[in-house]
Amino acid sequence: MEAVGERKITYDARGLVEPDDTVPNVSEVDGTTAVFDAAEMTTRQINLELKNLLYERGVTDVTVKNPGAKHSLGVGILMRCKITFEGSLGYFACGVIDGPEVHITGRVGWSACENMMSGVVVVEGNAGSLTGAALRGGDLVVKGRVGARSGIDQKGGTIITLGSAGSMTGFMMQRGRQIICGDAGPGLGDSMYDGTIYVGGKVKALGIDCVPGEWTDADTEFIERKFRIYDLGAPPEFQKFVCGKKLYNYDNLEPSERKLVL
Amino acid sequence: MCGIAGIIYRDGSRDIGREMTSMLQSMKHRGPDSTGYALFGPPSTNVVMRYKLADANDERDFEFAERLERNRAEVESRMQQLGATVREVEEETDYAFRATLDYAGDLKQLADYVEDVPNCEVLSLGHSLEIIKDLGDAETVCKQYELDGFTGTHAIGHVRMATESDVDISGAHPYWAYPFADVAVVHNGQLTNYFQWRRRLERSGHRFQSECDSEVIAVYLAEKMSEGMDLEEAMHKSLEELDGVFTYMCVTEDALGVAKDEMAAKPLVLYESDDLVAVASEEIAIRAIIDHEIDTYDPYEGEVLVWKR
Repeated sequence: MEAVGERKITYDARGLVEPDDTVPNVSEVDGTTAVFDAAEMTTRQINLELKNLLYERGVTDVTVKNPGAKHSLGVGILMRCKITFEGSLGYFACGVIDGPEVHITGRVGWSACENMMSGVVVVEGNAGSLTGAALRGGDLVVKGRVGARSGIDQKGGTIITLGSAGSMTGFMMQRGRQIICGDAGPGLGDSMYDGTIYVGGKVKALGIDCVPGEWTDADTEFIERKFRIYDLGAPPEFQKFVCGKKLYNYDNLEPSERKLVL
Repeated sequence: MCGIAGIIYRDGSRDIGREMTSMLQSMKHRGPDSTGYALFGPPSTNVVMRYKLADANDERDFEFAERLERNRAEVESRMQQLGATVREVEEETDYAFRATLDYAGDLKQLADYVEDVPNCEVLSLGHSLEIIKDLGDAETVCKQYELDGFTGTHAIGHVRMATESDVDISGAHPYWAYPFADVAVVHNGQLTNYFQWRRRLERSGHRFQSECDSEVIAVYLAEKMSEGMDLEEAMHKSLEELDGVFTYMCVTEDALGVAKDEMAAKPLVLYESDDLVAVASEEIAIRAIIDHEIDTYDPYEGEVLVWKR
């Protein structure tokens, strides 16, 4: 008798299962750099190829051509490396990554870089909603505009948007920073716990418990440093927004500090 | 979840049957339950009526075929009784039909009288609108209804993951805006004041064929347009009056419109070029019909956009 959980799916009832695949091994590898064309490959094949190159073959710089806005590409890469996507990605691009330096020449769909731990992602085009959701660390640079709720539940890292941002940007963010050079939609920083949002353009409406913050030299230094690193030119003048701390009552201590006090 | 797609050409007709199929097939993962199309062919002086006399997954009992035959004859006889000349009735499947009529009378009267036949539902009615919907993915429906080669100027489509009502043709999108000719809607989301609006619209004489909240949008818009608003005004009004999370698309004889709720809760990707506008829940659907690199963006909350062909 088969043990529970060992039973194999023998049919594709809803057409959603991508069958187990083997590594396609189609890349042109030259030392530590590699390039492959993803036009005719499935999501699973592309991710298998990527992981094989990075983890097994010692490649540190991969270029993926024609990703064709497929979903869930470049996810779960947990090492320092360089990945270039020549084209656009779909939903959930580069989710749960830790370390890579990713360059996307097109745009990304919803939920790009969800739960990213560290690394850098630069998107030349626009981004959909929920960009950088639950971001923990690293830098996410979007050179176009972002959709609604970018940086929802953000817990660290920096999201830089050169264009405008949609509604509820920074909803419930807990730490980290967002720099929006364009306008921000209604509900900016709604129910935020902590963290900082800088807005260069107009803010349609502030969310609940999001208030203007006091500008310090550290803010100027931070923004100038980020603009310098990503070669974004001269930064515009920003307004700063922080949590008003009226909505929530919570412990200011870190868990480790709390232990000491107790 | 559901996936929606729309396309409108500014410079004449294309094979929109095939293009919409490609768009919808690439979004199959958003809804494999049923697929629907609202296609606009060349405007005709005839009236085209698409109707069904049973559902795809109705139980086939012993009298099924006989009942179908009887009801089919009754529908055609009722069309003639109202003064319509039936040019042609095409049998698309054993339960779905496409009738071409010479008819200059009241469309509501025609629809009501025909739908009075047991199990009959008018899927679409108009001079260029044709709604085709059935169970299965886009390729299945396209093959079943021979949509390859359907030329026209604009179309919307829908792949459905049923959340609010049954998996059947009545619950599939697009919805025709009974009883107004050539208006149809596809919708991704949920309306929270559905029953309020349904009762209001029922009181002003409209009928609803399904339990699906999306049907309300079609009828709502058509009602507003019959009161003198244009499509864009009606859609702006809908953002104030309909509650819930939604992105919907509406097509009329000469326009395609999209609207997003004020929370931007449901996705929409827009691509615009000199000759066409394509909108879809995911960029992958737009790329299914365009072979070069494209630049797209997501419209913001509370946006209403309308394009004329």
